[in-house]
Amino acid sequence: MGYERVADAIRAAIIEEMDADPDVVMLGEDIAAFGGAYRVSEGLLERYGPRRVLDTPISEIAIAGTAIGAAMTGLRPIAEFQFNDFMACAMDQICNQAAKIRLMMGGQVRVPVVFRAPYGATGRAAQHSQSLEAWFAHTPGLKVVMPSTPYDAKGLMRSAVRDDNPVVFLEHKMLYGAASPGGKAKTVVGVLGPSFREAPEDPYLIPIGEADVKRAGEDVTIVSTGYMVHKSLRAAERLESMGIGCEVVDLRTVSPLDMGTVLRSVGKTGRAVIAMESVGDFGVAAEVAARLAEDGLFYLDAPVRRVCARFVPIPFAPACEADVIPSEEDVVAAVRAVCA
Amino acid sequence: MTAETALALYQTMLEIRLFEETLYRLFSTRDMPGSMHQYNGEEAIAAGVCGHLVKTDYITSTHRGHGHCIAKGADMNAVMAEMFAKSTGCCAGMGGSMHIADFGVGMLGANGIVGGGIPHAVGAAWKCAYKGDGGVAVAFFGDGASNEGSFHESLNLAAVWGLPAVFVCENNLYGFSTHYRRVTPVEDIACRAASYGMEGLVADGMDVEDVYAKAGDAIAKARAGGGPTLLECKAYRYMGHSRFENPTYRPKGELESWKARDPIGAMAARLMGGYGLGASEIDGARARAEAKVAEAVAFAEGSPEPGPKDYERYLHA
Ligand SMILES: Cc1ncc(C[n+]2csc(CCOP(=O)(O)OP(=O)(O)O)c2C)c(N)n1
Ligand SMILES: [Mg+2]
Repeated sequence: MGYERVADAIRAAIIEEMDADPDVVMLGEDIAAFGGAYRVSEGLLERYGPRRVLDTPISEIAIAGTAIGAAMTGLRPIAEFQFNDFMACAMDQICNQAAKIRLMMGGQVRVPVVFRAPYGATGRAAQHSQSLEAWFAHTPGLKVVMPSTPYDAKGLMRSAVRDDNPVVFLEHKMLYGAASPGGKAKTVVGVLGPSFREAPEDPYLIPIGEADVKRAGEDVTIVSTGYMVHKSLRAAERLESMGIGCEVVDLRTVSPLDMGTVLRSVGKTGRAVIAMESVGDFGVAAEVAARLAEDGLFYLDAPVRRVCARFVPIPFAPACEADVIPSEEDVVAAVRAVCA
Repeated sequence: MTAETALALYQTMLEIRLFEETLYRLFSTRDMPGSMHQYNGEEAIAAGVCGHLVKTDYITSTHRGHGHCIAKGADMNAVMAEMFAKSTGCCAGMGGSMHIADFGVGMLGANGIVGGGIPHAVGAAWKCAYKGDGGVAVAFFGDGASNEGSFHESLNLAAVWGLPAVFVCENNLYGFSTHYRRVTPVEDIACRAASYGMEGLVADGMDVEDVYAKAGDAIAKARAGGGPTLLECKAYRYMGHSRFENPTYRPKGELESWKARDPIGAMAARLMGGYGLGASEIDGARARAEAKVAEAVAFAEGSPEPGPKDYERYLHA
């Protein structure tokens, strides 16, 4: 039996790495005794004991900074933030420290730390709903990973732990499929179908920095990440029946960005839609569009379009959130527009 | 304390309790938007502290902010409507439970970020000192928040600037699933005041009279230019951390032992004992609170939802 939920797939990857390397340790808020807000670390305290799986105070600066200090001196910490929004409290440690230490110090040191966090909108208003990959991708020195399936999550998490550089590993809440005791999981796990590829038990690695073509098509390329990959795949099915063939490229890693795969696809289709849950302005989608303009302009038969969150703090009211967060419908409309 | 004050504090606690119980029922029986963090069990803190504040004083709050809002005198209809994400909500449906605020009564906001509101209270206290308006700012926050950098930076700054601020730590023993003694090396968080050269007080957060007395000292001192105080109130949250979370991490019997000291029940007994009030006055308080909450629900239910693009009105001033 494989792992059908992202929460289980990530846990399986962490177990493989912790079994293999006693220097892999974990820290974060409510991760040990409780098992984590989204259950990723469930059972790990029992399995590895309190020297390797540690509950921290609500102290994001210390979580990030302690992980960095331990990483500089030989451990391989996995630090969990309860939501990616709270990484804001630790931005100095992540962006000024972890990202820069190696280069500033002339390559003397490695900082093999993984900063994990859930992201994405689930009706929790402006401070618990953001997709913040661009904050980290905008900082040279960090790698930024955001898998869309259990299969990718497991292989990428193993690579992240083995990486000798700081990796920000972002996990969409709707893909976990797990909830706290008593809680109801807000999830799309179970309704996604075979594109939500399960992770086998056998060990494998997926290299950081490689995009994946999740669906082949001839007419338009949809470049996407995380949960938006699934909205894009559903949109692609509907567009198929309208006679438009969509190729869906899942970036999987946003930094370093695999433009080779994107350009190969756009070279074939001649059209590109970029679909991400983060705000489009100044973001990863903007970067992809800029690189298409620089390196792929002559492939393009139509202007590039972005399908991203609107440029506002995410409002609470469900109708407003739905307006701000990009939908399958929005992807369909954008594809039809570039194919018109 | 006069019987009148005692009854007023009781009334506030009861309104908060009924608001929370009603909200829980609503979340259990219908599709309410978002999540919530409930204040049942901690009512004496908000009531006892805000009992000393006037409309022009300020408070900042936490993710668990319903009680603070009600105690500071926010319009309950608008607070309830915010729970329903209605356009008549105190934040026009844009914020929900974690961001309720009523600037008309000096309630500067609940907060989705643990520790996020503490420095705002320092800023509000700075404004009060700058204007010399006699105002005071109170920051409410949890035991968990006292391990955030923002707590330490805020106390330090308020102390060196001698600001009219009061820091009210609601120690309910847990931050989410984690008992505070597993992540906090001191029994009394109030002792952290010593690092910032300010007074630290401990109050029984299940006893509204004790909170009222100690908060009164701290607030009077702040108003008189005596600088900030850290007031730790020991209490317990009756519900899970959020919405339907089942607090499996708490030892059996712990909840019951705290409930046996319920601040509302205890105050009712005292009102009818030493304060000499009759059952009719206690019943009257309950009837008033019930009517207020029922009206708030009816108001919220009858209110319109925001239009899908209403947020556009609020991005920039
Ligand atoms: C900066 C930040 N870190 C973590 C969280 C997640 N979180 C929300 S409430 C909470 C526990 C807070 O505990 P405490 O301060 O004691 O307040 P209580 O919930 O007990 O009222 C946590 C960890 C958050 N919202 N913000
Ligand atoms: Mg607490």
